[in-house]
Amino acid sequence: MSSRIGPPLWLLAELTYRCPLQCPYCSNPLEFAQIKNELSTDEWLQVLRQGRELGAAQLGFSGGEPLLRQDLEELAGEARGLGYYSNLITSGMGLNYDRVSALKTAGLDHIQLSFQDSEKELNDQIAGSHKAFDKKLEMAQVVKEFDYPMVINFVLHRHNIDHIESILDLCLQLGADYVELANVQYYGWGLHNRDDLMPSAEQLCHAEEVTQRYRKQYQNKMQLIFVVPDYYETRPKGCMNGWGSVFLTVAPDGLALPCHSARDLPITFPNVKTTALRDIWYGSDGFNRYRGDEWMAEPCRSCPEKEKDFGGCRCQAYLLTGQAENADPVCDKSPHHHVIQAAVMRAQHREGDVQPLLFRNTKNSKQLAER
Amino acid sequence: MMHADRVTSVVPILSRHFRLQWEPVQDCFVLLYPEGMVKLNASAGEILNACDGKRSVIEISEFLENKYPDADGISGDVIDFFSAAEDKGWTHFV
Repeated sequence: MSSRIGPPLWLLAELTYRCPLQCPYCSNPLEFAQIKNELSTDEWLQVLRQGRELGAAQLGFSGGEPLLRQDLEELAGEARGLGYYSNLITSGMGLNYDRVSALKTAGLDHIQLSFQDSEKELNDQIAGSHKAFDKKLEMAQVVKEFDYPMVINFVLHRHNIDHIESILDLCLQLGADYVELANVQYYGWGLHNRDDLMPSAEQLCHAEEVTQRYRKQYQNKMQLIFVVPDYYETRPKGCMNGWGSVFLTVAPDGLALPCHSARDLPITFPNVKTTALRDIWYGSDGFNRYRGDEWMAEPCRSCPEKEKDFGGCRCQAYLLTGQAENADPVCDKSPHHHVIQAAVMRAQHREGDVQPLLFRNTKNSKQLAER
Repeated sequence: MMHADRVTSVVPILSRHFRLQWEPVQDCFVLLYPEGMVKLNASAGEILNACDGKRSVIEISEFLENKYPDADGISGDVIDFFSAAEDKGWTHFV
């Protein structure tokens, strides 16, 4: 099989699960507070070297909040020396003029700054920090000052999606080159809080229309990327471009994963502390498990679209059907599609008894782990 | 889309925030930008690699014709490439 496996092209380095913010749609695992033993600087340097040798060219520094790692500048310097195009995916908390300057000198290529809303009140409420919005605005200016490409990420959900016009106006005002309007994906904290996050079809339709209008009007100025919530689709996404196809994630504790949500699966994944990245990518059971199509069950196995969507997302199949080998229930050919339909239905006709948002923080994480 | 006679004399340059790089593992040139990568085919890679912000389109064609004397239609390929690359925002003319 190994002759057909291509190299990893994307390395996502999740440097830490620690984060000063508490966004209730965080993609980190619910039990993040139990996961300790972050990789050391030397261990990360090894990961970067081994990943580059395998062929990875794009590198994401992510988290948690990667700026909490004081060795970020050193890692960025190594990444540049190795020839990665490096992306810092940050909330902006922990950033300041001197650090942006040091990261620029080290050779970091790009900073993606996330916002929770275009208005201070909701932004800070979602982020769980009264300082967040002002800090982000300030950091956006600094990012621009250092001539970084301005990439802004807004996670959309039912509480902010109707602010789409003011969100896009803010992006224009900040001089964004790229704007990612990413609807919440329902994994981790997002799945736990799904019923209070999912927009209605009407909200989604409005947001798409407004985005399309801005896209036409400002096409030479800023690029807009709109990611729909896949629950509103009838065919699944070609998740990660196929399992173990181009993406390699290394979690804060060194666990190597085909995507950042795969920790939830009942699979023992290898750790970079004990296994070389090459063996992990080409030889581990975890990475080989869902490569190709031999693992597929019906309706995927005989489906003419299996080459395109790879049966969708293994994590979503596992989380919603109990079996990772099942078709992603987003697909309307899936016998479990009713699970998706029921969640979508609830988003259209909200009753008063929706479970309030559970914020992502250490206390809540510990409580969930005890259950 | 530009007229061929105008496009040949102008100087193309890689847009800021893009980086062209040879990738030995993929055995090709790639174009890197925020959270993205385009794998270039052999001719696109050669053309973009010759684009240094100093050579005009016609000089890039001549450079490649000298380098690959047996290849046909280089000039047309180069013009088509920079026209498409400008549309994609990879390059612009200075």
